Amino acid sequence: MRVALRALGALALLAVSACDSGSDLRPLTVVGWGGSSQDAHRQAYWTGFTKSTGIALREDSWRGGVGVIRTKVVGGDASWDIVQVETEDLILGCEEGLFQRLDWASLGGRKAFLPSAAHDCGVGAMRWSYVIGYDGDRIKGPGPQSWADFWDTKRFPGKRGMRKTPKYSLEFALMADGVPADQVYPTLRTPAGVDRAFRKLDEIKPHVVWWSSISQVPDLLGSREIVMSVTSPGRLIVANRTEGRNFKLDWHGNIYAVDYWVILSNSPRRAEAAQLLRYMTRPENQVRLARFIPTGLTNVEANRIVAPALKKNTPSDPANMTDALELDANFWVEYGDQLTQRFNAWVAR
Amino acid sequence: MIALVAPLLLFLLASFVLPVLLMLSRAVTDRELQAVWPASAAALRQWDGAGPPPDALAHSVAREMVAARRAGTLNRVANRLNYDMVGSRSLLYATAERLENGAPGNTVAALARIDPRWGQRDIWAAMRHADGPLTSHYLLAALDLRFDADDRVTRVPPEQAVFGNIYLRTFKISAVVALFCVFLGYPIAYMLASLPERKANPLLILVLLPFWTSALVRTAAWAVLLQTNGVVNNALLNIGLIDTPIQLIYNRLGVYIAMTHVLLPFLILPLYGVMKGISPTAMRAASSLGASPLRAFVKVYLPQTLPGVAAGAIIVFTLALGYYVTPALVGGGADQMISASIAFYTNQSLNWGMAAALSLLLLVPLLLMLFAGRTMARTVPA
Repeated sequence: MRVALRALGALALLAVSACDSGSDLRPLTVVGWGGSSQDAHRQAYWTGFTKSTGIALREDSWRGGVGVIRTKVVGGDASWDIVQVETEDLILGCEEGLFQRLDWASLGGRKAFLPSAAHDCGVGAMRWSYVIGYDGDRIKGPGPQSWADFWDTKRFPGKRGMRKTPKYSLEFALMADGVPADQVYPTLRTPAGVDRAFRKLDEIKPHVVWWSSISQVPDLLGSREIVMSVTSPGRLIVANRTEGRNFKLDWHGNIYAVDYWVILSNSPRRAEAAQLLRYMTRPENQVRLARFIPTGLTNVEANRIVAPALKKNTPSDPANMTDALELDANFWVEYGDQLTQRFNAWVAR
Repeated sequence: MIALVAPLLLFLLASFVLPVLLMLSRAVTDRELQAVWPASAAALRQWDGAGPPPDALAHSVAREMVAARRAGTLNRVANRLNYDMVGSRSLLYATAERLENGAPGNTVAALARIDPRWGQRDIWAAMRHADGPLTSHYLLAALDLRFDADDRVTRVPPEQAVFGNIYLRTFKISAVVALFCVFLGYPIAYMLASLPERKANPLLILVLLPFWTSALVRTAAWAVLLQTNGVVNNALLNIGLIDTPIQLIYNRLGVYIAMTHVLLPFLILPLYGVMKGISPTAMRAASSLGASPLRAFVKVYLPQTLPGVAAGAIIVFTLALGYYVTPALVGGGADQMISASIAFYTNQSLNWGMAAALSLLLLVPLLLMLFAGRTMARTVPA
């Protein structure tokens, strides 16, 4: 009996110590958005970082949402260190203490970055847009040139891919309904404006395939499940390069935003995480990212030295941005919960 | 006897029953506000909620709001209140910041000068609903109901009512899948049971093989088969049955097909076991007494297999109720089942009270049904 008890005790100790040191045993973990964007980050940053510092990296991917990070930090799961987040998640998480405040001096100061890319808790990872992407092999001749065209299922028959979030869907619906870009958020701030957006979404709902991860878009277009989609431009351009696709983009009425790198406040590897953050935001390294995926850079110096040809298909090309709309993260901080609830109920009906 | 099963019972109790009960208890407990704002929670319980909120309450809320923001715990209260009244989150954070910068907040009127919403009843009612330690908020919300500012149970606005629909859909999909499984599985089980073992065994392996493959892999395979330009559509186009590809996936049909396939072994195996135990002499006796084959089957064989059918159908139905991955991969937005909502509240929005309430409302009818099923299986003549 005593032997058995002792064995049990030893087992329990073992189990406890295993749980305890779990986070120390795992490598530094960086979390991106999957697909070709994650591939580009690996090629541009992560492989080189491990080679030059000897720090092993583990990757994970996610689909956004501050609740996921709340669950990790508040729930005591320290499996992530550095995460790429969207603006409203950055604001919410910073306010709630889910992210560490950054040491801006070590990153080269806020001035080294675009104003929108410098935040107490996050540094810009890339500047990107949601645009209309379509398959040039299936839509020959003039393609969709506005959100009204995206809604026009007579002229362009076939299913559309849209992100399964109220964010972007409501904005695009209003633009499709004729609301000019600068009036989109003022309209959405009124209950009548929200109703109007949902009514417009009702029109297209039977033709929508909702995607939850942006990495699904090239696959859905490639398998001809959908004919056009809300997409970030880089992923389709990469698919054209690597899979010989003929995907095309239309930038009219695009919504642009910055994604940020954050370090979670419960990260057990803060020093190494900060080191990776510095590595990924240095201009000479950031320039490399543009080669692997078309994307807007956040470092001022990187934007100066990047080859002009690499700005094509990114929000850094002014020609793309004539009627673009900047994502209003503060709107989504305030209305996100309410509209997500209504949107989820609407989708599930 | 008890000593023999005691280790297993203890193990089950500690690793299964207790955690499940602890999780489910979150459906009716509400300790966030009480834990972070103890003084305000006490003041809220003393206030009857009928008149305007007392200034002492406002003062305590203001004080604890600032303290919680400094301690990094304000998000627990803010998120809890946001479940009840959307917009509370930003209201709390913005107010706490103003208070910290020196704005007075010792009376309701002072708070209302910071934000007019403090002068209205909704936010105070939301706090009173959250003063703990017990709550009916989550269970009501899972039924598309809520307490309004006057403490009356009302329906949530129609554009936000969602769970009633999803529950009905969950039970309907599960029942249809169980029915499909019975119709498809019965002949297969019959064939397996009547073949000599030399031939039945390899066929049984064919039933078991998908059983050993992960449901995720099988579902993903269905996605490849059923997509617009997938194997099934191309085959139908080639043999000329259809002119344009038909929509087999991202709708209810895809969910039925994939779930039926994934769950079919759970019906075949118990049914096969029961059929193996039926003596072939009974059928022979029936025909020697003059019954036609059909009559012998209906009168003699079928009743003896019913316990197997019931057991298999109940297993399939029960497993189907909790399905999550398959509808997510091959269904559309309107084909998601309740476990998708539970997963959303568990992983995406960290609202475990809501997740527990939804689970509880799934568990109770399920237990009732299992009980009914057992009673039915007993009354079936063996």
